[in-house]
Amino acid sequence: MTATAADATLAKGKPAGLQGSAWRRRLPLLPALLYMVAITQLPFLVSIYYSFTNLKDKTQSIIPEPTEFVGFENYRQIVSDPFFRQAMWTSVKMTVLAVVLSLLFGTLFAILLDRRFPGQGFVRTLLITPFLLMPVVAALIWKQQMFSSLFGVLNKVVEFLGFESVAFISDHPLGSIVTVLVWQWTPFMMLIILAGLQSQPADILEAANVDGASGVGIFRQLTLPHLRPYLELGALLGSIYIVQTFDAINVMTGGGPGSTNVPYYVYQESIGGGFRYGAASAYAIVVVVFSIVIATFALRVLSSLLRDEERA
Amino acid sequence: MGLRGTRLAVGEHRVVVAGLGALAWVVGLLWFFPVAWTVFTSFKTEQDAAAQTLHEGLSLDRYSDVAHSTPGTLSLQSAFTNSLVVVVVSTAIVLLLAFPAAYALAIRPVPKWRDVLFFFISTKFLPIVASIFPIYVYAQKWDLLGTRTILIVLYIAINLPLATWMLRSFFREVPRELIEAAEIDGTKLINQLRSVILPIVAPGIAATALLCVIFAWNEYFYALQLNFADGSTMPQWVTSNVSTRGNFLAKLSAASTIACLPVVLAGWAAQKRMIRGLSMGAIK
Repeated sequence: MTATAADATLAKGKPAGLQGSAWRRRLPLLPALLYMVAITQLPFLVSIYYSFTNLKDKTQSIIPEPTEFVGFENYRQIVSDPFFRQAMWTSVKMTVLAVVLSLLFGTLFAILLDRRFPGQGFVRTLLITPFLLMPVVAALIWKQQMFSSLFGVLNKVVEFLGFESVAFISDHPLGSIVTVLVWQWTPFMMLIILAGLQSQPADILEAANVDGASGVGIFRQLTLPHLRPYLELGALLGSIYIVQTFDAINVMTGGGPGSTNVPYYVYQESIGGGFRYGAASAYAIVVVVFSIVIATFALRVLSSLLRDEERA
Repeated sequence: MGLRGTRLAVGEHRVVVAGLGALAWVVGLLWFFPVAWTVFTSFKTEQDAAAQTLHEGLSLDRYSDVAHSTPGTLSLQSAFTNSLVVVVVSTAIVLLLAFPAAYALAIRPVPKWRDVLFFFISTKFLPIVASIFPIYVYAQKWDLLGTRTILIVLYIAINLPLATWMLRSFFREVPRELIEAAEIDGTKLINQLRSVILPIVAPGIAATALLCVIFAWNEYFYALQLNFADGSTMPQWVTSNVSTRGNFLAKLSAASTIACLPVVLAGWAAQKRMIRGLSMGAIK
């Protein structure tokens, strides 16, 4: 479907001028577009304004007006803030680990589920359940039931195997949070990859089988290239959501060394207790700049997906 | 999405096939274990739950405990009503806004439709914390703190990009010939939508709505920051069952089960559609 084809059909039916028809076509788009601009872009502009002020809330109850402009002072502070750098590093580790591991498990599970076996639908139902849970509940389940040092299920297993019990959350905060993220996001990846596996043309696979190609060979030569756009889509959507992780950190560690990512750090600096809104806004703006860099890369992936679609 | 027959390769042994099926079962049960264990715990007494034992049998008592909260705290009834209203209204408005937008992006693509789609998706890259403080300030100025309205407004913004994108993908699956034929017949746009487009995209709309419901029902950050106390929703009600004094694991498990059940049931029922919905039909 190309733009010219659409123009042609339009011209056929309606004698209206091209200018007019273009606006008629844009009209249905406007409500959604204006809504997103108003709710997401305007507050962001206000944040940019705050980031150049020393806005603070010492009383922590009333919202004061910005007292004065401080120019780039807030931004200059960022460079010398070791905690912010640490939070950036934690964000990168948390996102990359969670996305890569859930893609890996998601692919393996999807391959297992793509074959017919007794109870296939039931097992798929079991596997998708963690994705449907509230992130808050998922984090609480793992904190209170699995990781808990005294009575946690994992420590029961560890002790049964004859090892010393482990203080999972306090000794491995990042690992604990990544575990919960992977547990929830693996089903999501699995669903996307399953859709990919099931859209493979069966006749080509059969032909490869008849030709005597090995299972591993078929997977590497045929399945993996076919799955590429699905893996990219999973990585893209997964990182959009996982980079913003707040709930799991809030519930499991409440921040702290090793588990505070950038969103959580900005939260702590502002409404989460720091109440240094000016400085926190500057941090947030820096995060947005970084996000834009990553997003540009991610959107290029998306763009190639859309182009593939047009060719199809 | 139909189930395919076994792809039994020529050299593939029956034992291997059975082994892989068994492996899938083991993986599924392991992955589900924390959920099953939580539901199991919700029927225990607090003493049994805390010690991970089972001396005093199982009962529904913890469910009635959490349903009758102490006065002055967020009750199950008001949290549930708040969640229900916020989720239903925001999802309905998302669909109302996304439907025409998706039409303009897919059926009669506007010039530069790709840029518009990018804009929608790019809003999801803005960290929520980058805009929460201005939102907080203005919500307070306009007396919206603690109301359902502010959550509805924000949940629409959370879900609109994804909904627009998904619906666009489903709209693209409407064969052009069908629309052209309807146009040549002089069918009015409203009838075209009803008799040609809607039947084809209906499953897609259902999958889209379900994802919007999941994300809105499970949202915690905005609800925590803007709607503390009795205006708040189910996630906050669950966390209110964590207590610093005494044992709470069984009650917390019961609360978690109640809070997650509606979305889990809906997800189970619609899982096949969701597989297609999540792949967005974007890739063929």
